Amino acid sequence: MSTTTMTHDEAHHHGAPTGWKRWLYSTNHKDIGTLYLLFALVMLFLGGASAMMIRAELFMPGIQLIDPDLYNNLVTNHALLMIFGAVMPAAAGLANWMIPLMIGAPDMALPRMNNLSFWILPAAATMLILSFVVPFFPGGGTQINTGWTIYPPLSVQVGMSMDFLIFAIHLLGVSSVLASINIIVTLLNMRAPGMTLMKMPMFCWTWLVTAFLLILVVPVLAGGVTMLLFDRHFGTSFFDAAGGGDPVLFQHLFWFFGHPEVYILLLPSIGVLSHVIPTFARKPLFGYRSMVGAMLAVATIGMVVWAHHQYTIGMSLGAVTYFMVGTILISIPVGLMVFNFIATMWRGAMTFETPMLFAVGIILMFTFGGLSGVMLAVVPADMQYHDSMFVVAHFHYVLMPGAVFGLFAGVFYWLPKWTGNMYDERLGKLFFWINVIGFNITFFPQHFLGLAGMPRRIIDYNVMFTEFNVLSSIGAMIFGLSHLLFLYIVIQTIRGGKSLKRSGAKSWEGAKGLEWEVDSPPAFHTWETAPQIK
Amino acid sequence: MKATSPVDAGKRRTTLLLAGLAVGMFAFGFALVPLYNLICQATGLQSVAVRSNGGPGAVRTGGTVVDNTREVVVKFDTSVHPNLPWEFAATQQRLQVVPGQMYEVIFKARNRSSSQVVGQAIPSIVPWQATPYFNKLECFCFNRQLLEGGESTDMPLRFVVSPDLPEGINSLTLAYSFLKLDEDAAPNRTNAISSATAVKSATPKGKSDVSTGT
Ligand code: HEM
Ligand SMILES: [Cu+2]
Repeated sequence: MSTTTMTHDEAHHHGAPTGWKRWLYSTNHKDIGTLYLLFALVMLFLGGASAMMIRAELFMPGIQLIDPDLYNNLVTNHALLMIFGAVMPAAAGLANWMIPLMIGAPDMALPRMNNLSFWILPAAATMLILSFVVPFFPGGGTQINTGWTIYPPLSVQVGMSMDFLIFAIHLLGVSSVLASINIIVTLLNMRAPGMTLMKMPMFCWTWLVTAFLLILVVPVLAGGVTMLLFDRHFGTSFFDAAGGGDPVLFQHLFWFFGHPEVYILLLPSIGVLSHVIPTFARKPLFGYRSMVGAMLAVATIGMVVWAHHQYTIGMSLGAVTYFMVGTILISIPVGLMVFNFIATMWRGAMTFETPMLFAVGIILMFTFGGLSGVMLAVVPADMQYHDSMFVVAHFHYVLMPGAVFGLFAGVFYWLPKWTGNMYDERLGKLFFWINVIGFNITFFPQHFLGLAGMPRRIIDYNVMFTEFNVLSSIGAMIFGLSHLLFLYIVIQTIRGGKSLKRSGAKSWEGAKGLEWEVDSPPAFHTWETAPQIK
Repeated sequence: MKATSPVDAGKRRTTLLLAGLAVGMFAFGFALVPLYNLICQATGLQSVAVRSNGGPGAVRTGGTVVDNTREVVVKFDTSVHPNLPWEFAATQQRLQVVPGQMYEVIFKARNRSSSQVVGQAIPSIVPWQATPYFNKLECFCFNRQLLEGGESTDMPLRFVVSPDLPEGINSLTLAYSFLKLDEDAAPNRTNAISSATAVKSATPKGKSDVSTGT
């Protein structure tokens, strides 16, 4: 790896380069982390805009604003933008910023690859946006009306948008595999002397596991969509029953990726919580070892339960029983993590700054989502709930707190470190309350809608579902717009000014760890001589 | 820092290992194609028939075994509900079949009215005990049918009678009654709405088209 070493040496005695080159050619983990976070913020707003259009259409029964294919395209885009555009890059941004600071390393192990894995993302996002735009032009083909699961045969029939989407998925896959390799190599080779694996900060552990999961499952998805591409254009019939293939095979390939993916989204935020809760409870994390163990268990079992998304395809009794038991088993280690967090808070000297508010909110709401997950895991029940709004409610209750709120907590927790300015605590708390209340108004009624039989991914609904949908849409407007406040807080904190307090090296009284020993904001290069860990 | 320091060697080794793992998983995705069929055959994972052996409502195909020692008579009966302005009849009244073998029968329908009408055929089998052994591979009754004013059409039915058909049954009747579907269930609109659910009805999930979206 002589090339990477050289880059590192070259940069050694310089400050930050200036102008656009600083960003385009960047090999600095802090700058790349910032780029990832900004990219995620843009995608959050694009994904949010699609969601607001979905909810606007669902405000009333009947078809008012958009046509059904466009509606389904928005549903597809919303999921892809949020998962691949917002949550994963935001988590990668936190990783880039914090991992080297936390383990006392001067940078990521492979800085040039780091640059590449970020800059693939805007290309992928362009592809994704093109897939949405192309059908509006003559000859552009039909819209992607499949949902994010892109099941064949429908996805074979969609027009050329699907090819753009397939390429976007390839690019996103390459980007996240490269980023994961980089993170694992950094964590395994660049820890400060004396920092054994079992002394590694929890956020690093969660990313180590996440990165391994990504390397294991993303290539399988890439393989699946490659087969889809072949079926579409090269006359193969991997998924075409008429040619001896099987559309259900795609579902297996997709969910082999798809289920571990939910832990990929969850774990980095669990990592953030493992720092936020001890800081504001002023107690060390309860059960560090059991947290690591639980996480490894979740990841391992999580690899082999994917078919709980496919109970209705007609598997044998033995198979569904296995997938059911496996799925329910996962709730044990997940529950253990939650108990560890609660035990950390137990009798702590707690204060409730914004990151801590999010942390407490996550524990309450994520657990609720876990409960509806266990309901869905039960085969005979899921035969009823499958593809209904109940599933939508479930995964928003796990993903929104479990992933997005965790990232918000992380941003509020580390923003003072990154910028040197304390954000406005009053605005932060206000954002938390509007956000959380909006979230619950939006998604809680969807449980009832699902149980009463409203299907997901359908533009129209029976008039008997009107009241809850109206409520949900109103909640969605509150929830969606609240993110403008988030944007404002972030911009305000970056710009600083007299109204904001400055942050010392240690932004929070109870914070522990190497990242709080460097200045706020940290110098362009940190930990050029590694600290010694006792 | 020299280019060959132990840390660099370690980084290099880990990077290569992980890259190999990623490539290996990509290959594994493709390996799943043959593996999938093998696993399904070996364990019957994918087979509803295996699961519901013996249960009521199960479809028994008895695999591809053809039982040449038996012959069964299948009679076809058709009726049209008064609300549907159609003619509807089978091109054959009866057929001698060998259990395990596939047969095709054509049904003819014509719309006597001058406007577009949507109909749905409802099958039933007499004696009802034979129902699980009568396996329709393709049937116009799986979907709603749309006929323009004056239009006529040929609709195929493909079926196999299972060799497991109980000994005592030597003749059975398949009766279809065609009903008119309501205006607001007209397929134009439903097709558009159910584009996302089309995946559902096209994959073997055991849900009929009629029941989606409710
Ligand atoms: C206690 C743990 C959990 C259990 C038992 C569980 C169970 C399930 C089941 C059975 C389904 C399929 C429902 C259906 O389609 O009929 C499902 C869907 C889903 N779950 Fe969970 N879940 C759990 C936790 C999580 C977590 C932690 C996340 C993410 C952070 C998550 C995200 C999702 C998503 C995104 C879907 C829907 C995917 C789609 O169809 O588009 N779940 N869950
Ligand atoms: Cu899952």
